[in-house]
Amino acid sequence: MTEAVPAAARTGQRRAAVNGLRRLPEFLTIWVPLLLSAGHLIAFALWTLWISFTPSTLVPVSGWVGLRNYTAMMATRNWQIAFDNLLVFGSGFVLLSVLTGLALAILLDQRIRGENVLRSIFLYPLAVSFVVTGTVWSWLLNPGIGIQKLVNDLGWTSFRFDWLIDRDMAIWTIVIAAVWQSSGFAMALFLAGLRSVDGDLIKAAQIDGAGPVRMYRRVILPTLWPITVTVVVIQLQFAITTFDLVRALTGGGPGTATQLPALVVYDFMFQRGLLARGAAAAVLMLLILLAVLLPYAAWQYLQRRQSAHA
Amino acid sequence: MRETTFAPSRMLIYLLVLMIAAAYLVPLLVVVLNSLRTAEEIAQTSMIGWPKQWAWGNYLVAWGDFCIAQTCAGIRPYMLNSALVTIPATIVSTLLGAVAGYAVSLWRFRGDRWIYGVVTLGIFLPQQMRLLPWTIVLRDLGLTNTLTGLVMIHTIQGLSFTTLFCRNYYSAIPQELIRAARIDGAGFYRIFWRIVLPLSPPILIVTVIWQFTHIWNEFLYGVTFTTGQQQPVTAALIALSASIADIPQHGVQSAAVMIAALPTLLVYLFGGRYFVRGLTAGAVK
Repeated sequence: MTEAVPAAARTGQRRAAVNGLRRLPEFLTIWVPLLLSAGHLIAFALWTLWISFTPSTLVPVSGWVGLRNYTAMMATRNWQIAFDNLLVFGSGFVLLSVLTGLALAILLDQRIRGENVLRSIFLYPLAVSFVVTGTVWSWLLNPGIGIQKLVNDLGWTSFRFDWLIDRDMAIWTIVIAAVWQSSGFAMALFLAGLRSVDGDLIKAAQIDGAGPVRMYRRVILPTLWPITVTVVVIQLQFAITTFDLVRALTGGGPGTATQLPALVVYDFMFQRGLLARGAAAAVLMLLILLAVLLPYAAWQYLQRRQSAHA
Repeated sequence: MRETTFAPSRMLIYLLVLMIAAAYLVPLLVVVLNSLRTAEEIAQTSMIGWPKQWAWGNYLVAWGDFCIAQTCAGIRPYMLNSALVTIPATIVSTLLGAVAGYAVSLWRFRGDRWIYGVVTLGIFLPQQMRLLPWTIVLRDLGLTNTLTGLVMIHTIQGLSFTTLFCRNYYSAIPQELIRAARIDGAGFYRIFWRIVLPLSPPILIVTVIWQFTHIWNEFLYGVTFTTGQQQPVTAALIALSASIADIPQHGVQSAAVMIAALPTLLVYLFGGRYFVRGLTAGAVK
């Protein structure tokens, strides 16, 4: 009896080992993709962060220069222009695309015939590459061959629409193209929100004699504000990381008039060969993004807790 | 507000909607028409106009003839590159995402929550934070300027989205179903094949369409990690505009743009419903 215990334990161990071996493929299937994904995210973010503190130029080198790359980057004219542009582009684009999206959603919510076709029309730009749409808008907005030329040829010869080559207005061409491309997304989310408004609420307001305008202002729109926050955050995230659209539409010009942070990162990393400076710019981009995303995450957390308690 | 008589207010609504719809269609219409006009015709008038003679030849030139940088083989090789990157990366990332989503939502294992949380952070981490590490990893693996390298990058990065989509979808499958199957002795793979996969077609379509569209349209990695003949079509379009800026060829260029946009436009035309579902699923995470 006394000897049987370790023997049983030994076979148990062996069985566990065999069992473990048999479950190895399953273990690998589960963990390898997840670890690759999670691992590269953490490792790459830390890696870029680390490079931003080194004196790397053409190749990554070790060493520590503290915040020097950050102070140098923020002192460059390029970064300052890019940051100012981001403020203009971000607020203009988000405001206009939210308003356009909301207007479209309300219009489509009026039991319109052909709603599906119309919805597809407002959403198709999202399926197309920013390189394609940026190229097309660069033609339309080019005063020599686009809209201005057309109107001039039609007889209105003093008509001017040359924002694309106007240093002060060029950033608004990016706003136009971006609103055109992604307001359909805001529309889709708002429409889903409008469709989920409580029917009883609407009926009660109708019984109270509320007209359509009052109905929207007092009853329906107030229920949409959580969706509005989500739309704003997603559109801001897009604005902060915008790259392709600018490359295709203006290339960052005229001069540096349409520089955005993502273009500065690329420029320093791969065109000037200043890796550490570029990495610092990337980290700054991430910080701007976090300034938007962290409050949003906290807000979502609070909302969830509230609805869990209710 | 919901009556269907043709009051003036309803006429106004239709007028507004149709006008905005027209504005959304104009850029597409302009490219399609330009792709069928000759360069001389465009130069004489503007980019906006009806073709006087239909220049179908633009498409042939765009597809196989004109020069991008130093090579004169049209857009065909770059379309092929994009296909060779997009198709494998879409399939592999979707399959891996389905298995990962299943493991995280139904199989459950120690640490599943936190690793899933980290994986979904990939939706928010900007590509700019990964550019240098990928450059170094590609160099060390000897995959610089190869399509294989791009496939690898898009597969690993895509996992964030595919896992999220599938995990959210599978969460609706009752846990009891899985528990009962496990008591019957079914293992990890068997449950996946027999129970989870047969329920998956809707989410797999959403995921495939999402991945295909995003990888096909991707530009930053394409232009950073490949050069010349190895570039995907988005990068080639930019190179094209740069290389023919001196002698504009807007007809041929429009045809090239149309060809490059066609795969995702077709996917949208036939799978629009699923595409939109992917958009909103990513949003309300």
